[in-house]
Amino acid sequence: MSPQEQLTAALARIPYAAFLGVRAELKGDELTLVLPYSDHLVGNPLLPALHGGVVAALMELTAITQLAIASKSERFPKTIDVGFDYLRSGKPVDTYARARVVKIGRRIANVQAEAWQGQRHEPIAAMHGHFLVGDEERMASGE
Amino acid sequence: MTEETHYGEGGDVFERVKTMMQWTPQGRALGLEVTKLEGNHVWGRVPYKAELVGDPETGVIAGGVITTFLDQLCGMATVLAMKEPAMVATIDIRIDYMRAAEPGRDVFAEAHCYKIGRNVAFVRAVAFEDSADNPIAHATSTFMVKATRKIGANLREKKT
Repeated sequence: MSPQEQLTAALARIPYAAFLGVRAELKGDELTLVLPYSDHLVGNPLLPALHGGVVAALMELTAITQLAIASKSERFPKTIDVGFDYLRSGKPVDTYARARVVKIGRRIANVQAEAWQGQRHEPIAAMHGHFLVGDEERMASGE
Repeated sequence: MTEETHYGEGGDVFERVKTMMQWTPQGRALGLEVTKLEGNHVWGRVPYKAELVGDPETGVIAGGVITTFLDQLCGMATVLAMKEPAMVATIDIRIDYMRAAEPGRDVFAEAHCYKIGRNVAFVRAVAFEDSADNPIAHATSTFMVKATRKIGANLREKKT
């Protein structure tokens, strides 16, 4: 399987990714997750605007998947903490997200992500977070 | 200390707040519910569903579900703390995970708007299955109050 096919297969195994309707595009080792607009993603029907939680979920999924690629891990890393900054209201159009693995340590990785719509340089939200990539006990037992 | 609450009189307040929680299409899709109100505290629930699983190996619900749930519950706590209900918008939310949620079980949460000013509200929340003493996650968030914009604002082309 090509890396793109592996990625598509990995995402297809996550029920919540299908619930959102997320799909992945891989260029080299850089991942873009695409969230096509759908009515069930709306948080404010009057504007209308995407639910902030959905945009957050897209960025966290991107971060986790990019980290799995960067650490060449079969398992998805566990989230320790994530912070989301909202910069613009999410319009009822397709949304994209990319993540940058800032550092992978023995146990913890630091990742940043951004989500945008029309313009890459006008992000609608940003994320930074820490993820567990290794386990002290498991490493000690040589697993 | 008794907190001032502004969400009106009468027994239908709880019903109105329950309806507000279902006002967002994403809230309806997840099945978010309000279960209890007390001052500027609000309790809610997100039911466990197979389609919301984030880790197929363990069956644990996705972090994004917890984020959406806590974000909306914190927003609800902000609305309840305002003198007159109006639109609010999340400025930021940070979530710390103490542990994974238990597979197969509904997740509950309590959100508390502990300070509200003219422009910004401060809200914290905790998610759990049985008790806040055994938390899944803690959230800290800030909200812009009175973030009301024109209906259909996001459908118009941006003026530059």
